[in-house]
Amino acid sequence: MTTTTLATLVPLLPFLGAVAGLLTGRRAPGFVRPLAVLPTLAAAVLAVLVALRQGGGDPVDAATRLTPTGSVPIDLALHLDGFAVLVAVLVGLVATCVQLYSTGYLRDDPRYSSYAAFVSLFTAAMLLVVYSGDVMVLLVGWEVMGICSYFLVGHYWETEAARSASLKAFLVTKLGDVPFLIGIFALAADAGTFRINGILTAANSGDGLDHPTLVALLLLAGVAGKSAQFPLHTWLPDAMAGPTPVSALIHAATMVAAGVYFVARLLPVFAASAAAMVVLGLMAAATMVGSALAALAQDDIKRVLAYSTIGQLGYMTGALAVGERGAAVFHLLTHGAFKALLFLGAGVLIHVAGTNSLAAMSRMRDLRQRAPDAFWTMTVALLALAAVPPFSGFFSKEAILGAAEHAALGDAPGVPVLAGWTVLVSGLVTALLTAAYASRLWLLTGVPGAKPESGAAATAEPGPPSTATAAPSPRAASGAAPGPRPAAGPEPGAEAGAGAAGAGAAGPGVAVSGHPARTPFVMNAVLWVLFLPAAGLGVTVGVLPGWFDGHSLAPTLTTSVLGTGLALVGMIVTYATWRLTTSLGRRAPMGAVAAHPGVDPAQSEAEAIATHEPAYGDIAAAHDPADPARLLLGPMHRHAAAGFHLDAVWSALFVRPVRAAARMVRFLDREVVDTYVDGAGGAARLLGAAVRRAQTGNVQTYLGALLAGSVVLAVAAVLVAAGA
Amino acid sequence: MSLLAAQTQGFLSPTGVEIAFLLVGIVTLGAAVVTVTTKQLVHAALWLVVALGGLAVEYLLLTAEFIAWVQVLIYVGSVIVLLLFGLMLTRAPIGRSPDADSGNRWVALGVAVAAAAALVWVVVDAFRATWIDLDGPARGTTEVSGRMLFRHWVLPFEGLSVLLLAALVGAIVLSRLRKDTEEKR
Amino acid sequence: MHLAYPAVLAALLFCTGLYGVLARRNAILVLMSVELMLNAVNLNLVAFDVWLRDALHAGQALTLFTIAIAAAEIGIGLAIVLLVYRNRGSSDIDRLRDLAEGDAQDAAAPPDGPGGTGPGGAGRGPGTPPGDGPDGTDNGGTDNGGTDNKAEAAA
Repeated sequence: MTTTTLATLVPLLPFLGAVAGLLTGRRAPGFVRPLAVLPTLAAAVLAVLVALRQGGGDPVDAATRLTPTGSVPIDLALHLDGFAVLVAVLVGLVATCVQLYSTGYLRDDPRYSSYAAFVSLFTAAMLLVVYSGDVMVLLVGWEVMGICSYFLVGHYWETEAARSASLKAFLVTKLGDVPFLIGIFALAADAGTFRINGILTAANSGDGLDHPTLVALLLLAGVAGKSAQFPLHTWLPDAMAGPTPVSALIHAATMVAAGVYFVARLLPVFAASAAAMVVLGLMAAATMVGSALAALAQDDIKRVLAYSTIGQLGYMTGALAVGERGAAVFHLLTHGAFKALLFLGAGVLIHVAGTNSLAAMSRMRDLRQRAPDAFWTMTVALLALAAVPPFSGFFSKEAILGAAEHAALGDAPGVPVLAGWTVLVSGLVTALLTAAYASRLWLLTGVPGAKPESGAAATAEPGPPSTATAAPSPRAASGAAPGPRPAAGPEPGAEAGAGAAGAGAAGPGVAVSGHPARTPFVMNAVLWVLFLPAAGLGVTVGVLPGWFDGHSLAPTLTTSVLGTGLALVGMIVTYATWRLTTSLGRRAPMGAVAAHPGVDPAQSEAEAIATHEPAYGDIAAAHDPADPARLLLGPMHRHAAAGFHLDAVWSALFVRPVRAAARMVRFLDREVVDTYVDGAGGAARLLGAAVRRAQTGNVQTYLGALLAGSVVLAVAAVLVAAGA
Repeated sequence: MSLLAAQTQGFLSPTGVEIAFLLVGIVTLGAAVVTVTTKQLVHAALWLVVALGGLAVEYLLLTAEFIAWVQVLIYVGSVIVLLLFGLMLTRAPIGRSPDADSGNRWVALGVAVAAAAALVWVVVDAFRATWIDLDGPARGTTEVSGRMLFRHWVLPFEGLSVLLLAALVGAIVLSRLRKDTEEKR
Repeated sequence: MHLAYPAVLAALLFCTGLYGVLARRNAILVLMSVELMLNAVNLNLVAFDVWLRDALHAGQALTLFTIAIAAAEIGIGLAIVLLVYRNRGSSDIDRLRDLAEGDAQDAAAPPDGPGGTGPGGAGRGPGTPPGDGPDGTDNGGTDNGGTDNKAEAAA
């Protein structure tokens, strides 16, 4: 088979798998798992094969035109260069891992078949985006991802949070997609083609595009929506209401990567406008710093990771802003690996701990022993996230910082110095913050060292007290007394008990068993599969430039020293703060575990999400005095936990005006338009009643009227004829 | 010609035929008005005889003899008899019936008067100076009528016979008692 | 003879017939009025035939045809009236109101009194409850109701 055929099969296989899964899911449950895993696995293998054949050489282009489509033709085009094939390998790898992981994670879920089909469809759409050589075809994949994310984030649609999160994800990304679509049209109108090659040729030619800044800014809106960049990033933390594998898929490889990948593909178009590059740089800086601060304040482990994703995407857009797409895609690859690992590990932790709250996890003594695989792989992934030298994240992040330094010193042609400085400074600050929140996450998820004494770890066991006493779980044993805690606990603990009871009542089908949570084997195995690239992808730093634009991606001395030093500072400060606050935390028993051990991981996560807000009063934060972030951030903690109130700003700027407009439209429709409609109907009815009254059934009346009319007509005719 | 006639035959100097026509016409019209206004149903039928007979006289005055006799035979002889039979079969009250006229009699009067005014105005306006020449050979003797009927109008005449036959059959079908109706009753 | 005499007489006779058609209640009287109208037309035809001296005598031929057709019409018309009388117990035209709109008939019933309800009840035929028809006709007036019942008994 030719490389083109193989590359066509790569998006096609998961798509066919998705269709088959959707069609047969209900009738043949035995086929669901093979149909979910095998096409994705085959696509991953084929993607590797395509990458090996392409080998970073000249781009492979293939196009076919099915039908003429008007003035600007649309082709089914493939464009395989180093970026495309490597990103496709990442997508295939992560999607396969996610599918495998899901077989364990959602093993008892009744909607697993549709879930797996949507994951396959999602993967197919992303692979289409990656391989596509035509902007319109790329847009198809782009939008399919949007709708798939809606369905997947809303997988636990029984919970209010998931419902609103899925709607929010869809609407916010669509808010960016509208300008994106207009931008694509403007771009095609300027370049005269939808083919990416043609667009790049037009952008690089002497006269360039007609409206580079306008096109670039319009496209940036869509990229900001899809890649969760400031200010359209607010959907991403809320999307944590979806199942953990979906979060891993969205964050590591597919949806958010699409925006960065798109800019990387069309970088010459953006580079043609200095203003767009500066905007990109400022956007990246705001995203990076803001999300890192917010990540430091989150209590939900998955929200920490979500903000971290936003921050790392900020790095990528920063690299793009300084014109170094090689570094951006390099970071995309390494980030994909370690962020998938982090999410999947977090899924294991949530299942084992029965909660997604860091405050609760930090009070569990033996979390590490109960989930050793997750602990060790996540440790490495967090080190990669914090860009500690031997791990993958270090190399990609240093490549970005090095490129930013080049741009700041004016060594990069065509890149504004302002963008370079912005990215460099914010990147360094974010390196510090990233190390801080990574180490906070690590410390809070059951780290060796100073532990709270056992009596202080308060856990509220769900379900009836008899269950808790009859089958004491390790956490119940660690608590002072079985059953609901007496009044010793502070306010949140009592609320947690109420919330847990509510959750227990809401789910009577929960299988009550005394066994502690056992992680399915496949989930741990996937962690170790992802561990390899997360730890070791950095060694490819010498090879990758050959696949990309040829710029060296090796770390430079200055930025390496600066970045690593700042990361170390962040880690040390966090550790010190943690030592300080842990002593405080001893005196504050809190923490609620809502989910019952031994149930399906997905179910325990859904319950954890549903009970977080009733238990802690906030979906994002917890009043935990043992949290080092509280001391680190000081008065800023409250705002950071709320994502700097950007949701409120959006609400004031868009949601409320839209609602008011909707109310006004409703008023206009009900009171004004309907008045006319009702009036028209009523007038006709009245007229009808009047006319009906004339229908007496008396023939002579009819005849009289008829003849009277005839007389009038005759007289009129005579008068006209006589000329009177 | 009409101008000439107007000069020779003054409007205010009526001939004997005109006077006779006028008098018979008044009687005819009066009988007709009584026919449509009387409260006694049988009297209405009898007054109709007078009106139709008066019309037959008018036909005679217009030299249409054959039509006059046909009028007498058919109308006075058969139609009136039929009507009287109809009145009897429907058990029309003999004597004055106060509800002989329906409620919209004033509307009817208005329409009729308006129509009469319009028609008379138009007719008088149109034929103010037109005279009929009755002095030539008679227009409607039996011989003349027979010739023209069986020379020029044979086909319509035969068609008319089919129509009459159809009317005969129709009247019988309509007025005979139906078996099923009887059973239902 | 002045043409205006027969023409005016015909017009007046026609309008007299018109009044009769519109104002009379009894269907047979209406038929008489129709006869008057037809005769008015006949008079016109004869008069204009004489005036025009038509070679084909079209006016008089048409008059003969009209008379024949009028005879046929009166036969059919009387048959219909008899049938109506037999079915409804009345030959009053303004009580044959099956064409009336339902609500309007109900609304018109109280002022119209028996006229509204009588034919409505009788018009629904044998399938209706037996109490309805006789009630309506009884309200219509003693003589009418009596004849109606007798007619029904006879039929």
